[in-house]
Amino acid sequence: MNNVLQIAWLIPVLPLIGFIINGAGRNILSKGIAGFIGSSVVLASFLLSIYVFIQVANGNTHVAHYFNFINIETLKIAFDFKIDQLSSLFLLIITGVGFLIHVYSTSYMHNEPAKDFAKYFAYLNLFVFSMLLLVMGANYVIMFIGWEGVGLCSYLLIGYWFKNNDYTDAAKKAFVMNRIGDLGFLLAVFWLISKVGTVSFDEIFAAESLQKLSTTDITGITLLLFVGATGKSAQIPLYTWLPDAMAGPTPVSALIHAATMVTAGIYMIARSNILYTMAPVTQAVVAITGIATAVLAATIALKQNDIKKVLAYSTVSQLGYMFVGLGVGAYTGAVFHVMTHAFFKALLFLGAGSVIHAMGGEQDMRNMGGLKKHMNITHLTFLLGCLAIAGMPPFSGFFSKDEILAAAFSNSPVLWGIGVITAMMTAFYMFRLYGMTFLGKFRGTHEQEHHLHESPVAITIPLIILAILAVFGGLVGIPEVFMHGGHKLEAFLEPVFAQSNAITVKHSLSHSTEYMLMAVSVTGALIALIYAWNKYSKYQKTMAEPTGFAKILANKWYVDELYNGMIISPLKSLSVFFNNIIEKKVIDGMVNGTGKAVNYGSRQLRWLQSGQVGAYILLIVIGILILFIIQLFL
Amino acid sequence: MDIKAYIILSLTLFTIGIIGVLIRRNAIIIFMCIELMLNAVNLLLVAFSKMHAASAVAKASPDFVGDAQIFVFFIMVVAAAEVSVGLAIIVMLYRNTHSVDVNFLNRLKN
Amino acid sequence: MSITTLIFYLLSVMAAGSAIMMLLSKNPVKSILWLIVVFFAISGHYVLLNAQFLAVVNIIVYAGAIMVLFLFVVMLMNLNAESEPAKNYRMQLIGIISGGSLLLILVSALMQMNAQQPVQMKIGDAGLIANLGKTLFTNYVVPFEISSVLFLSAMIGAVVIGKKD
Repeated sequence: MNNVLQIAWLIPVLPLIGFIINGAGRNILSKGIAGFIGSSVVLASFLLSIYVFIQVANGNTHVAHYFNFINIETLKIAFDFKIDQLSSLFLLIITGVGFLIHVYSTSYMHNEPAKDFAKYFAYLNLFVFSMLLLVMGANYVIMFIGWEGVGLCSYLLIGYWFKNNDYTDAAKKAFVMNRIGDLGFLLAVFWLISKVGTVSFDEIFAAESLQKLSTTDITGITLLLFVGATGKSAQIPLYTWLPDAMAGPTPVSALIHAATMVTAGIYMIARSNILYTMAPVTQAVVAITGIATAVLAATIALKQNDIKKVLAYSTVSQLGYMFVGLGVGAYTGAVFHVMTHAFFKALLFLGAGSVIHAMGGEQDMRNMGGLKKHMNITHLTFLLGCLAIAGMPPFSGFFSKDEILAAAFSNSPVLWGIGVITAMMTAFYMFRLYGMTFLGKFRGTHEQEHHLHESPVAITIPLIILAILAVFGGLVGIPEVFMHGGHKLEAFLEPVFAQSNAITVKHSLSHSTEYMLMAVSVTGALIALIYAWNKYSKYQKTMAEPTGFAKILANKWYVDELYNGMIISPLKSLSVFFNNIIEKKVIDGMVNGTGKAVNYGSRQLRWLQSGQVGAYILLIVIGILILFIIQLFL
Repeated sequence: MDIKAYIILSLTLFTIGIIGVLIRRNAIIIFMCIELMLNAVNLLLVAFSKMHAASAVAKASPDFVGDAQIFVFFIMVVAAAEVSVGLAIIVMLYRNTHSVDVNFLNRLKN
Repeated sequence: MSITTLIFYLLSVMAAGSAIMMLLSKNPVKSILWLIVVFFAISGHYVLLNAQFLAVVNIIVYAGAIMVLFLFVVMLMNLNAESEPAKNYRMQLIGIISGGSLLLILVSALMQMNAQQPVQMKIGDAGLIANLGKTLFTNYVVPFEISSVLFLSAMIGAVVIGKKD
C-alpha cells in the first residue's frame, strides 16, 4: 500500500541536486543562476514540506522504507525516513528559514567572485541536505550521517574565507569540538546495539526493547547522547566554538548557528524522550548543564562589543534554556522554543548582517549608533526581534520561554529563579545591543556615515517575513492559563511524547501560581529592558579596556585560556615529545639504523674480497671444516 | 699396527701442511707445504694397500693388491711435473715484483 | 711393545717434528732442509711397510730432484731470514686454530670407528718391485705412456714460462 508520504525522499534530494549542480558547475555558472538554483531547490523542498505537514496534521504518519543500508545477520540498519509530527515540524522550520536565508545570501554575498559565490550556495545546499537527513532519519545511524554532514558543512562555511588564518582556525575548532561530542554519540549507539540489537527508533522505543535496558544502561546511553548534544548544540563544556564561528558570513551564522544545526541536539533528545524520561539522573544533569550554560553565556554577552559575538552568546544562552526544558521533562516547551528561537534569532542575525553591510564591514558596536534614521526596515524588524527574545508578551519568545520557566518551577524553584535572572540579563544585553546600534548619535567615521543606507529588497523582505513570524509565531502555543485548548502545538506533538507523558507524574500548577510566575519574569525583564534602553541610548563612546569584574566578563571568563592550558598545551607538549623522542630517535633511528647497519655490514664484508689468495685459502679451509662437522656430527 | 695409527699420522702431516699454507707468506714455503700434503696422502695410500693385503691373506685369495702403490707412483710423477711448472711461475713472479710475498698478489681485490 | 711398533713411533715423531720445524724456520733454506728430513722419515715408513720400490723412488725423486730444484730457486732469489715477510698475527692465529680444528674433527670422526683393521708390515709381496713392474706394464700401461706426454708438456711449459723476452 503506497503511502503518499513515500515521496518524502525528494525533500532532502532536491538540495543535494542543487549542491551537485552548483558544486560541479561553479566555474561556469553565473552568480544569478547559481543563486537561483540554490534558492529554488530549497523552495521546492519547502513546498513539499508543507504538503507533508498537512498530511501529518491529518493523522498520516509513516515510516518510509527505501533500501537496506547495512545488512548483517544480527544487525539490520535500513535507510528509512520517519515522517511524524516532530520531523515534519522541523522540516518546515529548516526549509522555510533556510529558503529565506538563501534569498538573503544572494544579495549579501554579491561582492564575491562568481566561483566562490557558487561554492557558497553549494555548501549551503549540502548543509540543508544533511540537516534534513538528520531530522528525517528513522534510526540513529541515518541521524548520525546527517549529524556528521552538518558538522562538515559548518566547518566548510565557517572557513569560507579560507585565506584568513584566524577564520580557518575557528573552523577547525568548531569541527574538533563537534567531533568530541560525536564520540559520545557513537558510543551511545554502540551501547544501544549491544543491548537492544537495533538502532531504529520505533523498535527501540517499543516496550519490549526498553525492558532489555537496565537503569545503568539507560543512564549511560542518555548521558553519552547528551555529550554529543553538548558538542553540537554548544553547551558547557563544548561551547567555545560557537562565538568563534562568527568568523563565517552572517547568513551562515543565521542559518547554522542560530536556527538549525545547533538545534540538532535538542531534536535528538526530543526524539529519544522516552529514554530520557526513564533516566532521571541524566535529566538532572541536562537541566543543570543547561541553566549553567544559560547563565554563563548571558554574563559574557553583557560585556561584548562585537555585534555578532553578542548574538552568538545569546544563542548559547537560549540553547541552555531549551536544554533546561528538556531536563525538566517539558519536551513540547523545548521544541516550541526551538521554533520561536529559529524565527527571532535568524531575524536578529540577518538584521545584524544588514547593519554590518551598511557599515561597510564594521562590526564593533562602539563605532555604531543612531542608525535608526538611516535604516527604517532593518530598525523596525530588529526591534521586534529584540522584544521577542526578551520575552515580552504577546511576542513569540514570551510564550515559549514562559512555558519552560513554568515547567522549571514545578521541578525546582531554584532552577526557575536562576532562569528569571538569566531572562533579565537577556533583556538587558539585547537592549544594550539595540541602544548602542540604533539609538543615540553616530560614532563612526565620516566615510561610514556617507555609506549608510537601507539594504536592498532581497535583504529586507526576509527580514519582514521573519519579523512577522517572530511576532505571531507564539500564538500556536498559548498556554492553558489564557485560553482553554489554545496550545495547538502541544496537541499536535502529543503522539510523539505520549510515552513519556504516560510515565511522568504531572505537577500541575494552579492558575494563580502561573500568573504570578509570568508577572515576575515579565516585570523583571521589562525593568532590565527600560534600564538598558535609557543607559545605552545615551552611550558615550569609550574605547577603554574594562577593569575588574567587567574585565573577566569581557574576556569570556577566560574559559578559552583555561582549555588552552589544561588540554591544548599538554597535548602539544605530548606531541612535541613524540616528535622529538619517538619519531626522530626511535622510528627514524630504526629506519636509518637499518640502512647504517647494512652499510656497515657490507663494508665489513668487502674486506673479504681482499684479493689475498691466502685469505681465500683460509676461507676454503673453514668451509671444509664446517662441511665436515655437518657431515660427521649432525 | 692398526690402520688407525697410520691414518692419524697421515692426518697430522696433512694438517701441518694446511697450517703451513695458511701461515706463511713466502710463496716457496707455501709450495713446499703443498708437497708435504701430497706426501701425507701417499703414505696413507700405501698403508691402505697393505691393509687390503692383510685382509686378502686372511681370506686366502691370490689377487694383487698393490694398486694403491701404483697410484702413489703416478702421484709422484704428477708432483714432479707440477713442481717444475710452479717454480717457473714463481721465478716469473720474482722477476716482475722482486719479492715472493704472496700478499702482493691482490689483483683480485674488490 | 715390539721393535716394529717402536720404530714406527720413532719415525712418526721424526716426521711430525721435522714438519713443524719446517713451518717455524725463518730461513727458507733451513725449511727446505727440514722438509728433506720429513721425506726421509716417510721413506722409512715405506720400508717398514715393505714397499721397497716406493721408498727408494721417494728418496730419488722427492728428496733428490724436487727439493734440489727448490734449493736452486731459493739460492737464485737470494732469500734469507731478514727478507722473510711477516704475516699478520691475527691471521696466523686463525689459520692455526682452523687447521687444528680440522685435525680434531677428523680424528674424532676416526675414533668413532670400531672395526679393527690390521696392517701387514715387514712382509708381503705387494710392494716388491717385480710385482709392481708387472702390474704397471700390463694393467696400467696407458697411464704410464701418458705420463711421459705429461712430462713433455711440463718441460715445454716451464721453458715457455721462464723465458725472458
